[in-house]
Amino acid sequence: MARAISTKRKLIVTVLAWAIGFVIFFPILWTILTSFKMERDAIALPPIFLFFDWTTENYGIVQERSNYFQFAMNSIVLAVGSTFFALVLAIPSAWAMAFAPGKWTKDLLMWMLSTKMMPPVGALIPLYLIFRDFGLLDTRGGIITVLMLLNLPILIWMLYTYFKEIPGEILEASRMDGASLGKELLYVLAPMAIPGIASTVLLNIILAWNEAFWTLSLTTKSAAPLTQFIASYSSPEGLFWAKLSAASTMAIAPILVLGWFAQKQLVRGLTFGAVK
Amino acid sequence: MGTISLIKARKAFGDAIIIPGADLEINDGEFVVFVGPSGCGKSTLLRLIAGLEDLTSGEIRIDGKDVTNVAPAKRGLSMVFQSYALYPHMSVRNNIGFGLKMAGLPKAEINAKVAKAAATLNLTEYLDRKPRQLSGGQRQRVAIGRAIVRQPEGFLFDEPLSNLDAALRVNMRIEIMQLHQDLGATMIYVTHDQVEAMTMADRIVVLNRGNIEQVGTPMELYNHPDTLFVAGFIGSPKMNLVENNTLGIRPEHISLSDNKGDWPGTVMLSEHLGSDTFLHIDAGARGRLTVRAPGENTLGPGSAVWMTPEKSRLHRFDANGRAIHT
Repeated sequence: MARAISTKRKLIVTVLAWAIGFVIFFPILWTILTSFKMERDAIALPPIFLFFDWTTENYGIVQERSNYFQFAMNSIVLAVGSTFFALVLAIPSAWAMAFAPGKWTKDLLMWMLSTKMMPPVGALIPLYLIFRDFGLLDTRGGIITVLMLLNLPILIWMLYTYFKEIPGEILEASRMDGASLGKELLYVLAPMAIPGIASTVLLNIILAWNEAFWTLSLTTKSAAPLTQFIASYSSPEGLFWAKLSAASTMAIAPILVLGWFAQKQLVRGLTFGAVK
Repeated sequence: MGTISLIKARKAFGDAIIIPGADLEINDGEFVVFVGPSGCGKSTLLRLIAGLEDLTSGEIRIDGKDVTNVAPAKRGLSMVFQSYALYPHMSVRNNIGFGLKMAGLPKAEINAKVAKAAATLNLTEYLDRKPRQLSGGQRQRVAIGRAIVRQPEGFLFDEPLSNLDAALRVNMRIEIMQLHQDLGATMIYVTHDQVEAMTMADRIVVLNRGNIEQVGTPMELYNHPDTLFVAGFIGSPKMNLVENNTLGIRPEHISLSDNKGDWPGTVMLSEHLGSDTFLHIDAGARGRLTVRAPGENTLGPGSAVWMTPEKSRLHRFDANGRAIHT
């Protein structure tokens, strides 16, 4: 009896998981399908799921009209750059909070997280004016700084939870062995925390890649990433769903591929170090 | 040379005073054991000497030099941690050689020294393994290897055997004592196990609530405890305390008779260890006493006995728990 119940239960859970997975994945699937339709089929009612005339012309048109690779390069530079600089700041910060906590460490962590609760639009005007006055509008350096600051709290939090799992005695042992602070971080802490650092980096790259509010507000052309590339197909072009879908597919493709190959690390990152 | 001195060493975390002020002289080549119940400050004292904690006030001298503000690695001491604290991502070879690498020694010299240390500890065939591939005893050896390879003036051991099973613990205890004889270096060893303290130490430092209760050779502490605390802590089974804790007598210093003696009592329990038998005896108003009897003793629960303490072995204490020496 027990066996029968567990098999039945397993089946239900499996079906449920696939159903949820499909619901979550459906918009992406629909976007990809639409990108291969003619505009006529794209807006057809009732919608056509698979049996339409497949075409790749949308991709050709999109590439002709705007230079995908320039946007993509900007996206890569902004995501990787902001993640790199955030990591340089976050590793020592998380180290200090995990291994040399002070009276205010907990409050500091909470305060950092609370900055994520403020609607970004609240900071838009002051930040825009600062960018304008310092000539940072539409520059990679400016956007990298904003994205770095934006994700720094999450990075520090994640690294902090990973570092907390590392026994302090091992770091003390390295101190007894004569490691300076830099060497302790480089030879002992970082190698032990590599899985945690890797998933933190991956998650942060995805967050930076998808960040739309600030990149749309502070860039126009030369520093514009793929978010801007997609946006350019939504407002002025009206409802050209097929082309918009092609642009979207092109924008998410690189990060989708990265995510696919890094699934294991990502899951670790999303569970925030709760599961060992 | 490896003398270590504490001068009014004080440690407080905020309002919590862990070590109110400790004075201690440790001689070169001595094996000193810090012993006391958990929370007595013995590990903190060791960490102060190591330099892993900063003194609140006072001074630490190693070899006559003030090292109070000197970095841990510059004090010429090695430490073996309770959890071993091996670097999990490094091979045994790199674990042992890490300190030498940090000191900037040439690779060939590091390899030679690591090989020598590994040979001393029977670790040669495990040099390329990672710590997770080793047993508890082998990990313990790697931790010791990491300590000896730097040829320090002194070794600090923080409850190094508490994670091992009982049989291995006895073996490692003997290995550490052998190591001390071979190297002749100063060793400070922290434990809560009074058997380890008695068997290993040249001198024992008994700590209680951050204060040094007494310092002396194992036999001095056993024969002449200064305080009630030391009397109760050193010796196994514990010293019997009667007459409102003013009179102490060890289980091995009471003789038994079935018809005459000073104190009457009834056997409650008997523990047979083979070589000895420990009788737990209800002595009426005197409370429950433990008495050591020969292994062949056959007295069972309910037997009536008479106990006679050895007069010269009685320990007297005043109301404050201090020994009264007559």
